[in-house]
Amino acid sequence: MDFEDSPEEAQFRAEARAWLEGHAKPKIKREASDPLDERSDPAAMKRAREWQKIKADKGYARITWPKGMGGIGGTPMQAIIFGQEESKFDVPAGSAFAIGLGMCIPTVMAYCNDAVKARYVKPAVEGAEIWCQLFSEPAGGSDVAALKTRAVKDGDTWTINGSKIWTTGAQFSDYGLLLTRTDPNVPKHKGLTMFYLSMKQPGVDVRPIKQASGASGFNEIFFTDVKIPDSQRVGEVGQGWQVALTTLMHERLAVGGGQGGGLDVAQLMQLARTLELEDGPAIKNAAVREKIADWYVRSAGLKYTTLRTMTALSRGQQPGPEASIAKIVVASKLQDISAFAMELEGEAGVATGEDAPMHGAFQMGWLSAPGLRIAGGTDEILRNIIAERVLGLPQDVRVDKDVPFNKVPAGK
Amino acid sequence: MNFDFSEEQKQIKDQARKFLSEKCSTKTVRALYNGAGGSDAALWRQIAEMGWMGTAIPEEFGGLGLGYLELCVVAEELGRALAPVPFSSTVYLFAEALIAAGSDEQKKRLLPKVASGELIGTFARAEGPGAVLPKTIRATLKGGKLSGTKTAVTDGMEADFAVVLARGSDDAGERGLQLALVDLKAKGVERRAIGSLDPSRPAADIAFEGANAEALGKLGEGWQNAERVLQHAAVLTAFEQVGGADVCLAMAKDYAMQRYAFGRPIASFQAIKHKLADMYVNNELARSNAYYGAWALSTGARELPLAAAAARVSATQAFDYAAKENIQTHGGIGFTWEADCHFYYKRSRQLGLALGPQRAWKDKLVGELERSNA
Repeated sequence: MDFEDSPEEAQFRAEARAWLEGHAKPKIKREASDPLDERSDPAAMKRAREWQKIKADKGYARITWPKGMGGIGGTPMQAIIFGQEESKFDVPAGSAFAIGLGMCIPTVMAYCNDAVKARYVKPAVEGAEIWCQLFSEPAGGSDVAALKTRAVKDGDTWTINGSKIWTTGAQFSDYGLLLTRTDPNVPKHKGLTMFYLSMKQPGVDVRPIKQASGASGFNEIFFTDVKIPDSQRVGEVGQGWQVALTTLMHERLAVGGGQGGGLDVAQLMQLARTLELEDGPAIKNAAVREKIADWYVRSAGLKYTTLRTMTALSRGQQPGPEASIAKIVVASKLQDISAFAMELEGEAGVATGEDAPMHGAFQMGWLSAPGLRIAGGTDEILRNIIAERVLGLPQDVRVDKDVPFNKVPAGK
Repeated sequence: MNFDFSEEQKQIKDQARKFLSEKCSTKTVRALYNGAGGSDAALWRQIAEMGWMGTAIPEEFGGLGLGYLELCVVAEELGRALAPVPFSSTVYLFAEALIAAGSDEQKKRLLPKVASGELIGTFARAEGPGAVLPKTIRATLKGGKLSGTKTAVTDGMEADFAVVLARGSDDAGERGLQLALVDLKAKGVERRAIGSLDPSRPAADIAFEGANAEALGKLGEGWQNAERVLQHAAVLTAFEQVGGADVCLAMAKDYAMQRYAFGRPIASFQAIKHKLADMYVNNELARSNAYYGAWALSTGARELPLAAAAARVSATQAFDYAAKENIQTHGGIGFTWEADCHFYYKRSRQLGLALGPQRAWKDKLVGELERSNA
């Protein structure tokens, strides 16, 4: 048991570091970067695209992908090692490309023909084109397959009508992966079909949603008589759910650790060192110490779980299901730590931003936490996934399972 | 990255599981519950034949000299099996105290007997309810004579020897503390069996009245030595706790799959699924923390105090939750004497208290964080 690289891993790490030293400057200070800022700031976005192109030319943009497609046909462990080394350099985060490269393009690569792949993979991996994922709807959140956006075929052309919601980065995207209902007369999972489309074409109306936190990371998108050629279909007609599962599998691998704005036990301790409570310094208060320890063991447990996952990857094994627990732990911990920190701040805790202790970090964490507990699979859906896919428990009774979609009861 | 046990270590674990599945079912535990309680002497002898007590004891002292990682995998299996033997008292505490603080002569004299299973040992700190602190230790070691009372000493009736935290001088606080090594069959030792939350892990109150005893380690280092031993035991016990917690999850799952209510398996209700998913999350976090503790223990890393406290807190929380929610998942039948659920419920608390409660370990954990950030 150790934390060392294997000889091959050490060699790759040295190569990656040498290349990074030749193409970027070491990071001096850790700045908190909001991924959405990068997209809304044209200069930052330009830098992000340039860096993405440089990496793609070398094959470091998507290391596990084939040569010529932004990768080197490398191992998942090599991708992790590159990420670790890259994080030490002052380079753009590239979060604008995460959904496209993490979810949409892998789906295109799995289901589309060579001509489509030749057209779309390279511009995406080089940062020239940004993709978003159009699955959730006002009437289909956790129950994604209950979506209602209709695609109707006439000759070789499909007409799309409906709306999507909670779409991250849609306002900055060039293309979208779109899940539609093509047959409402069969049970819900069987009447779906996947497409890709240009987000810039007529009839696509993107409207940012103002969140409870005040930020606008998500969008609602309205489709009005949008025309798509049948050549932009991804997978067979009626097979959309199977295609979507490929995308979602990639999503669960992408969403997870590293979230929560870096707010954790260390920041809570930093605050507790500065505050006085009824019986003395907060850091010496027994109740505060109990809480710190409770959250520390969850953070540390997650960190070492990640190392177990990396060990499996390093040995060429499939990571175990332990990878699926990260977001459940991180999201509620963020909410709880933030709320507790504000309790310690006391009456001054109602302040936000620069008026609050530690630049309002805990207020910000608390305001964003509800979103993290919902996005990319709610806490409840993730528990279902662990129960069903990891523990092998039976699915809940599905009253809509064998019922044609247009006969399924729906709320208002 | 190699944050896992080796193939050889996993083989030891598999062998241990196979051995215990044949020699130690819950029937073994139940027999003790239905009788007078205590340990299973036949199982102890068989475990001794396997050489498990000597897993981490150096060869020069009669052990196998394998190491702590090997002892961790054995501990997990003992925890899974609820093995009713004085293994933790003898191996994680008594032997570790000898290794940490004993002279060469003391080690040569006693460790081979631990390794062969001839000697049962234990470790005694608490003198009453509440926190164990330097100021609460009143037992004295003076002129080779031990006096005072220790309470709730696990395996205290069966043990041949004990390591006792005592006051070796009149100095206050830590400076006066010293570990004492005492033969429990000697004159001046009075033992009384006390009721134990887990009858398969018995306990005793022990009164010393001028009993012959020898110093184990230096005067003034008793508290630090005891803390060191507790850190080692915390990591090893965390593996027992993780093993027990995993069995609780498996039991709850099996029952929920076969128990039908309202026309379907209760495992299909989200109230049950989410409970089991939470058990799984807690167990995985506890396992990962225990692995880090194992790494720190096996390499003698300076992170050991933090790693041991985290392993301890995480594993205690996981086993407590899994044991109580396993009963809840079973419903009324889970609360009966005939069901096995209560064995785990009781063992989870026994293990959670015997090395000191969560409160104490959480305080140590945060103390270590304060030091590392200072």
